[in-house]
Amino acid sequence: MANAPVAPEKKAANQGSTVSRFLGYLKPYQKEMPFALGAVILGAATQAIGPFLIGWSIDNLITPGNLAGLIGMIIGLTLTYLIGTLAIRAQIFRVGAIVQKVLAQLRQDIFIKIQRLSVGYFDKSEAGDLMSRLLNDVSVINQAFGQSIPQILGNTFSLIGIIIAMLLINFQLGLLSNLVVPLMIVTTSVFSRWARARFRVTRTTIGELSARIEEDVSSVKEAQAFNRVGYNIDAFEALNAANRDANVDAVMVTAAFLPSIDFLNTLATAGVLAYGGYLAVTGAATVGTVTAFLLYVQQFFRPIQILSQFYTQAQSAIAGLERIFLLLDEPVLLQDSPNAVVMPPITGKVEFDQVTFGYVPGQTILDQVNICAQPGQMIALVGPTGAGKSTIINLILRFYDVTNGMVKIDDQDVRDVTQGSLRRQIGFVLQDNILFSGTVAENLAFGRPNASQAEIEAAARVANVHEFVTQLPQGYATPLGGGGAALSQGQRQLISIARAVLIDPRILILDEATSSIDTQTEGLVQDAIAALLKNRTSFVIAHRLSTITQANQVLVVQQGQIVESGTHAQLMKQSGVYANLYALQLGATQEQS
Amino acid sequence: MDSLKRVFGILGTYRLWTLGATLSLLLLTAANAVTPQLFRRGIDQGIAAKNLDVVVMTGLLMVGVAIARGLFNFGQSYWAEAISQGVAYQLRAQVFSKIETLSFSYHDQAQTSQLLTRITSDIEQIRTFIGTSLLQVVSSAVTLVTIATILLIMNWQLALISLMVIPLAGLLLYWFFIKNQPLFSQVQERLGDLNDVLRENLLGVRVVKAFAREPVEMQRYTQMNNNLVAVYLKTLSAIRNTFPFIFLLSNLVTLAVIGFGGAQVIEGRFTIGELVAFNAYLLFIVQPVLLIGFAAPVIAQAAASADRVYEIVDAPIEITNRPGAVPFDRCGGRITFENVWFRYPGAAMPALQGVSFETKPNELIAILGMTGSGKSTVVNLLLRFYDVTQGAIRIDGRDVRDFSLESLRSLIGIVFQETTLFSGTLYENIAYAKPDAPLSDVIEVAKTAHIHDFIESLPEGYDTLVGERGVGLSGGQKQRIAIARTLLTNYKILILDDSTSAVDAETAAQIQQDLDRIMRDRTCNAFVIAQRISTIQSADRILLIDKGKLAAQGTHKELMRTSPLYGAILESQMKQPLLTPMGT
Repeated sequence: MANAPVAPEKKAANQGSTVSRFLGYLKPYQKEMPFALGAVILGAATQAIGPFLIGWSIDNLITPGNLAGLIGMIIGLTLTYLIGTLAIRAQIFRVGAIVQKVLAQLRQDIFIKIQRLSVGYFDKSEAGDLMSRLLNDVSVINQAFGQSIPQILGNTFSLIGIIIAMLLINFQLGLLSNLVVPLMIVTTSVFSRWARARFRVTRTTIGELSARIEEDVSSVKEAQAFNRVGYNIDAFEALNAANRDANVDAVMVTAAFLPSIDFLNTLATAGVLAYGGYLAVTGAATVGTVTAFLLYVQQFFRPIQILSQFYTQAQSAIAGLERIFLLLDEPVLLQDSPNAVVMPPITGKVEFDQVTFGYVPGQTILDQVNICAQPGQMIALVGPTGAGKSTIINLILRFYDVTNGMVKIDDQDVRDVTQGSLRRQIGFVLQDNILFSGTVAENLAFGRPNASQAEIEAAARVANVHEFVTQLPQGYATPLGGGGAALSQGQRQLISIARAVLIDPRILILDEATSSIDTQTEGLVQDAIAALLKNRTSFVIAHRLSTITQANQVLVVQQGQIVESGTHAQLMKQSGVYANLYALQLGATQEQS
Repeated sequence: MDSLKRVFGILGTYRLWTLGATLSLLLLTAANAVTPQLFRRGIDQGIAAKNLDVVVMTGLLMVGVAIARGLFNFGQSYWAEAISQGVAYQLRAQVFSKIETLSFSYHDQAQTSQLLTRITSDIEQIRTFIGTSLLQVVSSAVTLVTIATILLIMNWQLALISLMVIPLAGLLLYWFFIKNQPLFSQVQERLGDLNDVLRENLLGVRVVKAFAREPVEMQRYTQMNNNLVAVYLKTLSAIRNTFPFIFLLSNLVTLAVIGFGGAQVIEGRFTIGELVAFNAYLLFIVQPVLLIGFAAPVIAQAAASADRVYEIVDAPIEITNRPGAVPFDRCGGRITFENVWFRYPGAAMPALQGVSFETKPNELIAILGMTGSGKSTVVNLLLRFYDVTQGAIRIDGRDVRDFSLESLRSLIGIVFQETTLFSGTLYENIAYAKPDAPLSDVIEVAKTAHIHDFIESLPEGYDTLVGERGVGLSGGQKQRIAIARTLLTNYKILILDDSTSAVDAETAAQIQQDLDRIMRDRTCNAFVIAQRISTIQSADRILLIDKGKLAAQGTHKELMRTSPLYGAILESQMKQPLLTPMGT
């Protein structure tokens, strides 16, 4: 199935400018390019000259019976082919190396851009979608360009070489044989259009089938508990059969493609044999010429087949490239101001002064919020989902800039300092604890890559994770592959906490986990958090009573406003929102005592 | 290789297609073999003999051959692809139904991602092999033998010289693949690593920024990117040291043919037409060698994939109906655990150690214990998700293993601790066990689970799509849908496994009230599993499970008096209760 061209679903909107921008990546290789191209042309030329020399030998050496000349010719041809081999060898490496370096540069640019873009960009373009598209585009481009550029170059020049040679040897016969080339191109484009409609169906059926497989395989227990196995198998059967039928239908087109090209090719051979034979019989051509043409015509097939295959691959790669350039052109909204200073060591005062904010223009998530946290204070944020708790945290870290008002740390507007120097002094423990590939130690030292082993271990001890780490097969050097799948939720959280401990921040932000952690780890997490919070200004999105009762200030956030604030005891006395919430959630337990 | 043989066995199902593909392949080879003979005829008897009729005739014959080649070529690839689709279809069906029927213990130990890989990419690998590589190998072998025979008949000396290219090219390819296999896997590995870094940086963009880690990440990525380029360059080296030389070999053979053949023509022992024909056959020698070379690694991969696929197909199903199993159709309400021991496969410690108790008709039992104490295991055994290691579980005196699985599970309704939503509408999610239940029934259970009002408030009501592409639901809403789903079954025994943990306290209390009523009216027994004491006060009896043992049983009041453990749990929950997520 790989051998049929399929017109891509989406073409790049502006192929020309995308391609020329991509060509711009070749600039650093200006010196190496002539050599690489020279090798390509030399390789193609030696290939094109072979049949001509063979034909010439038949007429001028074999037919007249010149054995010495024949031997000389063979030696000459051998040398030609040797040169050709060296040229192809050089071509493979030179062209391949340039392409790989260009692709590496492109990957590099993408990665750097991702690091530069502000968090807002990733919120806007749903992370999952962006990620799968980007990963897919990068891999399509790697594959398509990595393989196809050298192939396209080589084959295009071979084809041109063959066409020129034919026209030079015998113009009439050459013209007739070359007629088949446009026919092949038309056939290819007709087939790719036919194939497109059918492959659209197969894409849908395979998508449905995969989705069903994924869902059912991950919910076998439910299926068995609810006696749905039979139903599921029947439903799967229907999708499975539909997918098979759609594919068999599509194969009809793809299986006809190469035979059609081959048919045209053989037809051209027949034409050469008949018309060339006619010319030879009437004396307008020689046997050698006809032979040379028979050899040339047979060489048409491969370049055209390969070019048609890569044509479609290149099309989707260009579409991917266009999306990548869009990403590279994305403006970085949140930048250090030109006269931003390095944030001096923080003491820990955090202030929100009449802060109003919305993620998109016109939206109000926070409405004139005022907060003042003194150094060392613990602030608990309480409120329903979507009230604005996470937004407050985003603004402290300057993931976004306020619409109105000011966020100040140590009386310094966060917009007046460099982002790096600000964030490096703020600790951050998220609900979903993301681990990175690398060793446990590297993950712990995430915020301070040059921390010593002793420092890492000390932080791990504070976070109650040292004991667990030492039980791992390679201790701190144990690799945590692909998202750290081997660790439990609780263990990941401990590592996240240790990460924050290690950078010893003056300000700490903590989004308490709600997901259930096993009882034993739960205790460790509680202790670790307590140790982490000590002597730091902290903002905690709180779900736990223990956190709230200890807080210096409890801020109840509702619909973007702070509706109540004070200590737990003060708020209980007010009998307002907080007291209600508290009573409701604890009611059941209290009844018992 | 045995597994691959079993894959070939499936071809028997598609006998006609296989026959069609094979016949096409043979006829195509014949048509290919005829083409150079036409060259010979056209040159020797047409051009050289100045016979225009023969020239025209040969041209027409060539057109006929072109048509034949097209048809047979189409036949072989169409049927081969169609067969491969059929094989993939059958394998998928086999694996899927097997996965669906394998017991819980298998799924506990198997990784979902691996199962998915097997049913998708492994089967696709086998399909590609059947549809492409198998055809290539067989047709290459047939072509090689046919062409070699023709060449030997035409001119054995010249043939021997030409055929030398086969072992030489074969050797080069063999070296190429054997020597560079580690290199190719290294490329894949490094590419994978590089993509992993990109993926985790996208996923963890907040963490990276919060820790101001951007410079380090860029440096790390650059390093890995450069490493990848370095390995790529090595593979380029490997390629440039192999393929140009294979082409050179094939060119040299052409030269040998022209040289020796030309000399023989001069001596009058060979004709120009024969020389041209001979030369044309050479194309059919090198191409098959290359195809076989490239197919070899695919065959190895397909064999490995087939092994993995059949590993699932052959996996034993642990829990099955006993011969003569009877349907479970009436529930008297007497469930007996007789000294039940159970150890999860692969676990070091038994999860249950000699648990014994008996329920009375219509009794509402609460099972309380810490995470990992074994409380969920108790109900898993009742439903025969697992079979006891020792002891017995009886319902009304009859061992649960004597009942048919379907009947047992259809009369015992369970709400799992972890809720799963399926892609589809809310209606379909609730009607999971009864896909054609009337909407009125669905609404009724949704009301009981206190989710109806919410569903009604959605613009599309029960037709609202949920799951990945649908509306997002909170944990509490999901749990309530799961409750409704179970309530719609024909349960006689109802089990709630910590199923309102994410529902807000007020709603949870209301649901609990309704469920209490239902459990008393409709069931012969009901079990409520909980971590929080507050949710189980109304139970007739509380079983306190600790480290796999039944530590105490009795009512709330009795246990407060008699069980120090119960008292301790009660106290710890008073001190530090979990606030449930707000806004559910």
